[in-house]
Amino acid sequence: MKLYLTKSDCAMTNAVALDDMFLTKAMPTTAGSKMLDGYMSLFDAEVVTKLTEAGYEIAGKANVGEMAVDLLGETSYEGAVTDDNGTLLSASAEIAKEAKAVLCFDVNGAPRRAAAVSDLIFVKPTYGTVSRFGTVSSACSGETVGVMAKTVADAKAVLTAIAGHDDKDGTSLSDSQCEKILTTEKAVKKVAIAKSITASADDSVKADIEAAKKILSDNGVEVAEIDDEILTKAKAAWNILMSAELCNNVSRFDGVKYGYRSENYTTIEELYTNSRTEAFGELLKTMIIYGSDVLSTDNYMSFYDKAMRIRRVIAEKFAEIFAEYDAVMLPASSKKAFTKADTDANMYLAFDENLYTAPATITGLPAVVGGGVQLIGKAFSDSALMDAVKTIKEGK
Amino acid sequence: MKKYETVIGLEVHIELATKSKIFCSCSAEFGGEQNDHVCPACCGMPGMLPVTNKRVVDLGMTAGMMLNCEINRTTTFDKKNYYYPDLPCSYQTTQWFAPICVNGKVRIQTSKGEKDIRIKQIHMEEDAGKLVHDDWTDTSLVDYNRTSVPLIEIVSQPDFSSAEEVVAYLERLRSLLRFAKVSQCRMEQGSMRCDVNLSIREEGETKLGVRTEMKNMNSISAITRAIEYEVARHIDALENGTEELVQETRRWDDVKGKSYAMRSKETAGDYRYFPDPNVMPIVIDDEWFDSIKASLPEFPEVKKARFIDELGLSEYDADLITQSRAFCDCFEAAYKECGEAKEVANWLISDCMNMLNKKGSTMDQLKVDGTALGKLIKLVMESKVTRGNAKKILLVMDEETIDPEKYATENNFIVSNDTANIEKVIKEIVAADPKSVADYKGGKEKALMALFGKCMKTLKGNCDPQVLRKILLEEIDKA
Ligand SMILES: [Zn+2]
Repeated sequence: MKLYLTKSDCAMTNAVALDDMFLTKAMPTTAGSKMLDGYMSLFDAEVVTKLTEAGYEIAGKANVGEMAVDLLGETSYEGAVTDDNGTLLSASAEIAKEAKAVLCFDVNGAPRRAAAVSDLIFVKPTYGTVSRFGTVSSACSGETVGVMAKTVADAKAVLTAIAGHDDKDGTSLSDSQCEKILTTEKAVKKVAIAKSITASADDSVKADIEAAKKILSDNGVEVAEIDDEILTKAKAAWNILMSAELCNNVSRFDGVKYGYRSENYTTIEELYTNSRTEAFGELLKTMIIYGSDVLSTDNYMSFYDKAMRIRRVIAEKFAEIFAEYDAVMLPASSKKAFTKADTDANMYLAFDENLYTAPATITGLPAVVGGGVQLIGKAFSDSALMDAVKTIKEGK
Repeated sequence: MKKYETVIGLEVHIELATKSKIFCSCSAEFGGEQNDHVCPACCGMPGMLPVTNKRVVDLGMTAGMMLNCEINRTTTFDKKNYYYPDLPCSYQTTQWFAPICVNGKVRIQTSKGEKDIRIKQIHMEEDAGKLVHDDWTDTSLVDYNRTSVPLIEIVSQPDFSSAEEVVAYLERLRSLLRFAKVSQCRMEQGSMRCDVNLSIREEGETKLGVRTEMKNMNSISAITRAIEYEVARHIDALENGTEELVQETRRWDDVKGKSYAMRSKETAGDYRYFPDPNVMPIVIDDEWFDSIKASLPEFPEVKKARFIDELGLSEYDADLITQSRAFCDCFEAAYKECGEAKEVANWLISDCMNMLNKKGSTMDQLKVDGTALGKLIKLVMESKVTRGNAKKILLVMDEETIDPEKYATENNFIVSNDTANIEKVIKEIVAADPKSVADYKGGKEKALMALFGKCMKTLKGNCDPQVLRKILLEEIDKA
């Protein structure tokens, strides 16, 4: 069991750990892949610089699944983290129980699932409000730097330190836009429950949604169920887009310049093929093949282009929902625990669990997990979502 | 024998004259030590995100306007995937779905008259690095200095029917783009490269024949030879069945004068293009569009006509000066300062050209400031500086920014009107060299030249030659 890849001191009140998708000069960065075993970056991620400037201590690096696209970190080349019963543990979540917070790279919903199964808070802020400079690119159009913590207050404090414009990230929004996520302009007064997505989860998860519904109602929030048929399509669309972008992003790991290089080659083709075959894990390899396939000339229109169109339709659906509601409530995961046996039997489990996380990922909308629920709001409503999750958590 | 026609389309790659690379702040200068102009971004390390260099878009738009293109007001970047060690990210950022310019045309002039070549599109992209093979250790090394240097690719329609037309087009492109300061277009440095797509069909046939492509041609003469060779090879294959033509990429060996099929492995592949999620679509608003439009230069032929008609330059002089934007700019500024068009033209065509030739520089590398040149010409015309000394000052003006009058004063280049001093110098020299005086009096003209030269040297050239000659003759008479 290996939670930490590198550890200094987590006991300090201002200690923030990083999952291993963030580049640091002082510690190796591996992105959970043998390909980058021992890789030392020449520079720090922007968020690391910002945390340090705000007076936080970098407490260490948390184990992460290879390229942060798996269920709960089980594909790390350092091995899955489990408890004695074989229940999968998220390294970030375990560390978040000690440190003030852990910065996690949310690509495929893993940190949101981790917060859900560990009863922690995870804030995935509005896309473009936290710099991605110095993160190991995985699936750029959805990946977002988020904060995991025990309390909403801690998560928000750390988010305050890292949000803001960065010239080094072409998708970074202006400072005035970034600041909006930190103040509640309009409180959550009307919540829509995503009906079919919620219905597909385990009873224990559904019970959490029911409990949250009651707490919200007791606090004067109107809660209603909505038809979410279109939102269920986000899963397939994101699986396509994510695989394509991932395949492209990891193509730079070719054994030529840095990282793992096979000893077994005579030609450049063998150097590429053997280095990548020996260093990448099974899930990543499958996604590379799938991603290449959806981008091929024959399949582009029927897969990649269609997924892009679904992304637009889902964004339009959310806009329609937010004309009436302040937030959409749904689970962040189908279960309250996963075992190593689950992922051994089906390594693509994360692709299925995407049903719950992909709607916010694919649209770049803010999502806050806590108190057994996930709330998705319109762009820049992060603070209002955090307030609502706080209410739910405190009401339990 | 059947009659055939040649159908050629061109893809021309041009490196843009920006200071920095397209998505990072590294220098885009040609040369430098290997891997000197690199950073984590352009050598493919994780964590860096592309930040678009706005200047690249400026120059892409400028090129499009010079070539009569429509400008796409929303333009996007895409990723093109392939593995090669000179491509550090294993993808090239280029424009596939919404290139910056479409539907242009370029008018060319050949022995058969004028013709318009249609431009299909111009897109912006990044260059790749360079593989250097080390024979000593039998290893390949990579130089990333050129990776991410901005390029535009100008794609023509298949409108060419001869090598002559291709050459006329390339020269026209080069002239227009140099004029607009889009690129130096130096084929020998690889800042202008050309892919030639060629096929042959029977005259009157509407279907295109089998097409072959020759990539990365980098000299006009090689392109001409390659086209002529390929045309002959295609016709031979069609007429005599010497080989079966297949659609393929061929490599031109200019030394052997032959083209060779490249291994299919080097050319095959699905590039799996998709939009780059890290580069936001670029929206060109009216203000931006208009500012570029306003910055466009006068076309060279328009300038030339104006220089002849309004300023009275000869056809020859006007033609030579309008070969280069630097010469035109210098000419116009110098003319504005001194008002003597013909005199400025002489200085540019004889003195400046000589100076550049000696340095091995091109016309566009002229650094002389036009206003300063105009001031220098004024000094010569007012007889304040001799022409000989003015030439020396010109050499300095191509190295650093100086005020010619101040420089001439500080370095004793101002013609002296101090006849007393001139007489004193002449007297001394005449007195010290009775032999030359005697020789001259004995009819040896060369002796006078020797005395004249000695005087001029002692006076450091700061003397009106006419005055010097007059006084010298007087002193010889007295001697
Ligand atoms: Zn660079």
